[in-house]
Amino acid sequence: MATEAHHYYVPNPSPYPFILSTGLLLMTSGFIFNINHYAPGVWMMLLGFLCVLYVLYGWFGRIIGESEGGAYSKWEDRSFRIGMIVFISSEVAFFAAFFGALFFMRRIAIPELASFDHDFTMYKSFTDAWPSAGPGGVVLGHAYEVPKFTPMSAWGIPAINTLILLTSGATVTWAHWGLLKNNRQQLIIGLFLTVALGIAFLCLQAFEYHHAYTEMGLTLGTGAYGATFFMLTGFHGFHVTLGTIMLIVILMRSMKGHFTSDHHFAFEGVAWYWHFVDVVWLLLFVLVYWL
Amino acid sequence: MATTIPIQDVHNEHHADNHPDHHPTGWMRWVMSTNHKDIGTLYLWFSFGMFLFAGALAMLIRAELFQPGLQFFQPNVFNQLTTMHGLIMIFGAIMPAFVGFANWQIPLMIGAPDMAFPRLNNWSFWLLPMAGLLLIGAFFVPGGAMAGGWTMYPPLFIQGGPSYDMTIFAIHIMGISSIMGSINIITTILNMRAPGMTLMKMPMFVWTWLITAFLLISAMPVLASAVTMLLMDRHFGTSFFNAAGGGDPVMYQHIFWFFGHPEVYIMILPAFGILSTIIPTFSRKPLFGYRSMVYATVVLASLAFIVWAHHMFTVGMPIASQLFFMYATMLIAVPTGVKVFNWTATMWKGSISFETPMLFAIAVVCLFTIGGFSGLVLAIVPVDIQLQDTYYVVAHFHYVLFSGAAMSIMGGIYYWLPKWTGHMYDERLGKIHFWLTAIAFNVTFFPMHFLGLAGMPRRIPDYALQFANFNMIVSLGAFVLGASQLLFLYTVIKCIRSGAVAGNRPWEGAETLEWTLPSPPPYHSFETAPVIK
Ligand SMILES: [Cu+2]
Repeated sequence: MATEAHHYYVPNPSPYPFILSTGLLLMTSGFIFNINHYAPGVWMMLLGFLCVLYVLYGWFGRIIGESEGGAYSKWEDRSFRIGMIVFISSEVAFFAAFFGALFFMRRIAIPELASFDHDFTMYKSFTDAWPSAGPGGVVLGHAYEVPKFTPMSAWGIPAINTLILLTSGATVTWAHWGLLKNNRQQLIIGLFLTVALGIAFLCLQAFEYHHAYTEMGLTLGTGAYGATFFMLTGFHGFHVTLGTIMLIVILMRSMKGHFTSDHHFAFEGVAWYWHFVDVVWLLLFVLVYWL
Repeated sequence: MATTIPIQDVHNEHHADNHPDHHPTGWMRWVMSTNHKDIGTLYLWFSFGMFLFAGALAMLIRAELFQPGLQFFQPNVFNQLTTMHGLIMIFGAIMPAFVGFANWQIPLMIGAPDMAFPRLNNWSFWLLPMAGLLLIGAFFVPGGAMAGGWTMYPPLFIQGGPSYDMTIFAIHIMGISSIMGSINIITTILNMRAPGMTLMKMPMFVWTWLITAFLLISAMPVLASAVTMLLMDRHFGTSFFNAAGGGDPVMYQHIFWFFGHPEVYIMILPAFGILSTIIPTFSRKPLFGYRSMVYATVVLASLAFIVWAHHMFTVGMPIASQLFFMYATMLIAVPTGVKVFNWTATMWKGSISFETPMLFAIAVVCLFTIGGFSGLVLAIVPVDIQLQDTYYVVAHFHYVLFSGAAMSIMGGIYYWLPKWTGHMYDERLGKIHFWLTAIAFNVTFFPMHFLGLAGMPRRIPDYALQFANFNMIVSLGAFVLGASQLLFLYTVIKCIRSGAVAGNRPWEGAETLEWTLPSPPPYHSFETAPVIK
């Protein structure tokens, strides 16, 4: 609540949101052109992406400038904190739906498909087991043949990745401690280690995908298992990518001397995001890879 | 709630030092705006444009259904009309209208200078026209607009043309808009209230929007996930909804309605907030049972997440699930009843006057209750199995969404128009608009109950002869209903252009903070926060 004798910072009119919306329209319509095989799709996407990049650079640059220029007091700071928490909650809901799909397929759809009376089903040899790529058959005129695939084991790269992400959660907290103690060196080393671990995670994940596609026969088209595996880990990987980019920005700002021990929302917001990504991974590790 | 809020009107003309006031004029004012009032206006006009467009689609639907047989449209085009009417009304008309109200009213009602994130606010709005372009542009691509019903069920949805992809991305963009808008609203309400305004002193409209924003935060991402799975199934070979790959089309319905039922509350809770503002004003009494109103809203919002499968009784589910979802749905009648009781009790022994906003509010209380009752009827599993996909359902949700949500919006517009524009609307025109709307609405939708009970299926361009008379009445009512909204447009424009000067507080019974400000309010609404005792 407004207790401070201070005017809340209301920014001047800004062109960035409109350009960002236009960029998103270009990207999405370009993508739609692309998947429906119309020619200029790629160029529209590229143009849209440039708009988005321009806005990210300009808009966040402006916010950083305002922050360093002292425009934000504790009051605005609290807004940012509430906003970030609500944003992360919406991300939780997004992932929850995909986890829900995984649960539904494993515990309801596949057992049901396997439970039909043999006299009344065309899936006679289909049994309830996970991982499953389905019973096969013709749906919507497309014949779907059950692909041969090897399921992903939890105790190789995924276990290493779990260790990496857990460690990165620790290093980012260590960096935060450094910031609180005004120990800039600890801050920068901690952030650098976090970024390095994030990149290591992404490299291993890319290697795992490559391995799945080329040697294990595991693709997006591998029935229920392939769809949930790649969508869940894929969206998680996308979030790790975003988190890593955000961490790099924070690292560069720290090296420039930004943030003080009592004014560093951007650092904390990114750290929260990183912990969120961490928790999602733990769930993924248990529910997608392990069980 | 405190019966009256004693206010020290401390607004003064000197501007805050952190922003020199150079504001673009002309159309750039609207493109670049970081002002909650300008953005609220944008939302409301966008919503009205979409309302007229989707309303025009409804007129085409009723023209086709005026008589049995195929008059104007091929079945596929008819399906496009019903689908896009639903999608655009929900995502283009009703939801943005309520966000428009939130933008205008929340900072004014809690004593804030603006929304917490003004630039984000601008982004939330300007995403909407982009999504609107995708939705309306879909009519012009090969195969025409999306025709799979606004619920987008697979496997039908998987088979459509490019417009289906356009719909998916339009929903993604509108989803981002809703989530960003909700972040802004929640933060504004939690962090920008004037000193002394505790949560339990907030006006009901602010409360209902706070809870609506939480519903949006939990429901919209789920819809985003659902349409993402559709996109993957359409183009990238996944089997989420394909039984051959171990998926299940029914799973889509579960995910969709997990979003879909809270969505209904997203469209009705802010309407409840508007009613809870208008009724006390014109009854000249404080809102009866403020606390119970807040708790009822919270209970409604929580129940919203455990009733979704009442939309799927005919799909097949274990008897235990049917019973659970039936009883949980019926439970909704309790908090809704609390609300209707409180509104009635607010009017009890009040010195009521019947200006246009109050007429709309009273009509909503009555007509929404009819929609609530038909909802109870539909919650009963064996009855629902009879009525699923008939015009009874169409009647039910129009009573909830037109006479519930849309008519609350109209009432709210009349109520706050003097504050927003500084001018009074023409009371006579407003009353004509009200009576035309209320009567034509009932002529349009009440006979649909009978049609549905008699077994007329929805989403079909033709019907058996015995339904002809009622359908003709329905269509005539619909044409009047449609035409009277042009009168609404005229009344609003006339008010803006040449209405009488309204003054700070044209409604003597209005007690909320916005009426302490000049009409229209200054650029930064509350430059210095008022102190609430
Ligand atoms: Cu429902």
